[in-house]
Amino acid sequence: MTKTENNRAWFLVLPVLLLVAMNAILPLMTVVNYSLQESFIAGFWDWVGTRHYQDVLASERFHAALIRQFAFTFIILIIEVPLGVAVALAMPKKGAWASLCLVLMALPLLIPWNVVGAIWNIFALPEIGLLGWGLNALGFDYNYTNQPISAWITVILMDVWHWTSLVVLLAYAGLQSIDEAYYRAAKIDGASRWAVFRYIQLPKMKTVLIIAFLLRFIDSFMIYTEPFVLTGGGPGNATTFLSIDLVKAAVGEFNLGIAAAMSIIYFLMTLLVCWLFFTLMTKDKEGQA
Amino acid sequence: MSAPARPTARRIPLKWLVPTLYILFLMLPIYWLINMSFKTTNEILGGFSPYPKNFTVDSYVEILTNPAWYMGYVNSMIYVVLNTVISVTVALPAAYAFSRYRFMGDKHLFFWLLTNRMAPPAVFVLPFVELYSSMGLFDTYWAVALAHCLFNIPLAVWILEGFMSGVPKEIDETAYIDGYSFPKFFVKIFMPLIASGIGVTAFFCFMFSWVEMLLAKNLTTVAAKPIAAVMTRTASTSGYELGLLAAAGVLTIIPGAIVIYFVRNYIAKGFALGRV
Amino acid sequence: MAEITLDHIGHAYGPAKSRSDYALKELHHVWSDGGAYALLGPSGCGKTTLLNIISGLLTPSEGRVLFDGQDVTHLPPEARNIAQVFQFPVVYDTMTVAENLAFPLKNRGVARPVIAARVERIIAMLGLTAEANKRAASLTADMKQKISLGRGMVREDVAAILFDEPLTVIDPHLKWQLRSQLKTLHREFGHTMVYVTHDQTEALTFADTVVVMYEGEVVQVGTPQDLFERPAHTFVGYFIGSPGMNVLPVALDGAVARLGGEAVALPGRAVAAKGAVTALGVRPEFVVLGDDGLPFTVVRVDDIGREKIVHGTIAGVAVAAILPEGAAVPAMPRASFRAEGINVYADDWRIEVAA
Repeated sequence: MTKTENNRAWFLVLPVLLLVAMNAILPLMTVVNYSLQESFIAGFWDWVGTRHYQDVLASERFHAALIRQFAFTFIILIIEVPLGVAVALAMPKKGAWASLCLVLMALPLLIPWNVVGAIWNIFALPEIGLLGWGLNALGFDYNYTNQPISAWITVILMDVWHWTSLVVLLAYAGLQSIDEAYYRAAKIDGASRWAVFRYIQLPKMKTVLIIAFLLRFIDSFMIYTEPFVLTGGGPGNATTFLSIDLVKAAVGEFNLGIAAAMSIIYFLMTLLVCWLFFTLMTKDKEGQA
Repeated sequence: MSAPARPTARRIPLKWLVPTLYILFLMLPIYWLINMSFKTTNEILGGFSPYPKNFTVDSYVEILTNPAWYMGYVNSMIYVVLNTVISVTVALPAAYAFSRYRFMGDKHLFFWLLTNRMAPPAVFVLPFVELYSSMGLFDTYWAVALAHCLFNIPLAVWILEGFMSGVPKEIDETAYIDGYSFPKFFVKIFMPLIASGIGVTAFFCFMFSWVEMLLAKNLTTVAAKPIAAVMTRTASTSGYELGLLAAAGVLTIIPGAIVIYFVRNYIAKGFALGRV
Repeated sequence: MAEITLDHIGHAYGPAKSRSDYALKELHHVWSDGGAYALLGPSGCGKTTLLNIISGLLTPSEGRVLFDGQDVTHLPPEARNIAQVFQFPVVYDTMTVAENLAFPLKNRGVARPVIAARVERIIAMLGLTAEANKRAASLTADMKQKISLGRGMVREDVAAILFDEPLTVIDPHLKWQLRSQLKTLHREFGHTMVYVTHDQTEALTFADTVVVMYEGEVVQVGTPQDLFERPAHTFVGYFIGSPGMNVLPVALDGAVARLGGEAVALPGRAVAAKGAVTALGVRPEFVVLGDDGLPFTVVRVDDIGREKIVHGTIAGVAVAAILPEGAAVPAMPRASFRAEGINVYADDWRIEVAA
């Protein structure tokens, strides 16, 4: 659509701008402010420049949390995206069954995040939870409260349970936009099932899959509530991801300056990834026009 | 068009296996939650049982009769609805501006808005508490409703813009030629055209405000305490009352389930039409 | 290329108890190899159902479909060796034009040099040489339609090419161009082509044989001239021609048709079954306004440049007449019908007039 040049459009955007800016910029400035100072006694601040940043970037603890974070994000992405696409491909295309599938699949997305943690807590308890009891009955030694491996498996399962449906919904929306004629044409052209996926379904799903990938990347990168309720970051620090680490530093150890510097570093990392994706996508869009 | 009768029909059951198994995987933990919610504390602590042997609704009775419990739901509902109304109302004109006009800095602004959708709340918790305390809004519905605007307004602008771009510009021009003023055109003609888009947007705002608990919990203490805070506090004060917690959990699923049933035909569309 | 035999086929989407349950009423036709056929009719007339039966998307509830004498009734589209051009352009967005055309051959395991030669020839035929290495997604709708047509033509052995209203999304000024190119390609390659449309101009200019359908029934199969001069059904008369055929309810009395108090002489004796509703069908081109005949009341005159269309009534029935260039509308006109343009209908079907 061709758009008209009109700078008065700013007035239409103004309310959004004010509300979001109040919520985004003021707190961000506060965090930057914290990150450059040291608080010994409440209310008294000392200017320390970039020392917190240097400390954080040099600290083993931050590296460990960062590695855990990337490992977690990587694992859930390589599970959730293909699984979501596979489920969307196998789903009924329309009718009552499709509606039922959508409603049931969307359910986990609408559960408050602390409840998600609580559900998996109850589900995975070694003695009385279905998952924990079941695994132990099958002969696996499973206890997520004291075994790092069990804790990781549980946290990953929980995230797959919680969020794969988002990928399914997005992929399903992409598939819905493909006209039946494409499938007929492909049949007539003698295309294999794989060719249909490769040349029709995948190209049409590309945009929504990038959105899915991006949303899952960002959301998993800032995951806090669910693993906190489930494992509290434990056992030890096994499931202490960036946000949990951050809150531990800020609230548990009253190390506000360090926590703030971590926040900023972490915010910049997500921002960089978003920007890369955004540039990639708009470029692609212009290329097609 | 009817389904063609073809030999491939025999393969369908296999294809159904994937979504069926997936849904089973989704339902199992929820079943377990429901199962727990109908058990007595003694039975829960007594060991594993696949279904409640002494079926009881005590936990639900406790939640629905005790204001300390059910006010949590009421509080959550109030700020969620407040937030949805605010987000959609301010996002409507902004999305219109993005879909119809080019103006100074529009692309940067759009990207900046989206980055806020992606800003991790954990980063903002403490400054948020300071901000809303200084405004005298701490522990009110408004604090949570406004704070959730941080991620819901960008989302609302994003989805609405997608829907609005699908409406031909000629409609606007015809209306102006017919002598409609902008506000009158917007409310009388334009909004009905994107009614389903507004519905989808409201749904997503409702959903994200309803599931977010970190900001909601930290911005309130007593008066506007959300159900999440009630659940954690109960867990710590009255010991290990899993049955009660499970019942409270089940009750948090219900509003979402109801809302999703009504918009089931639009959910997928909401994302498909949004642009990045 | 193949001869298509529609052996007493009929189709009902549900259980068929009465004739009206059929989306496609029984028909039997043989379409010759290399012919250009158009299926013409309004939406819902069953033309798409018939096309889907030919393409194999639908198995008819009755009858058989034969390609060159071979029963293909239960074969899916991919096994029938047909090609289809859809209403909206279907191209593989991520491939170039040349890759799009090579795709059907590649899938069938044709040798590379053969593919390259064949694709090059078709691209040249379609006039897409300049775009050969461009991404298909970047092209205009009419070029995309050419690509989908090309994907059918690239296969030498294709039994028939089916067109499902292929010009729907094409700009008006390009429609004509594409249609004549299609005609040229048909002459050159001699594929059997079946073209579904609701546009009479498209059907009449494209096809050698037009199949007119109405309410699930084939009402006439014939050349464009047949359809014009001897519409087999009043619907054909209405639907083809502009304005359509005038239909005047009459009582038959030997070689005379009585309309109100007036009498019209017929070319011969016409006998209809007892109780049948009878009518005269006369195209506006055969209505003569002058001093003889039936009293004609003028309602409106449309001057469309080359000729005038006079709308009026005869004994209360609306009738249109076409006046040649330069002719004036008489002050107290009377209407007569030229004998070669008079058709007699009983219950909407044309009956022969014994000379």
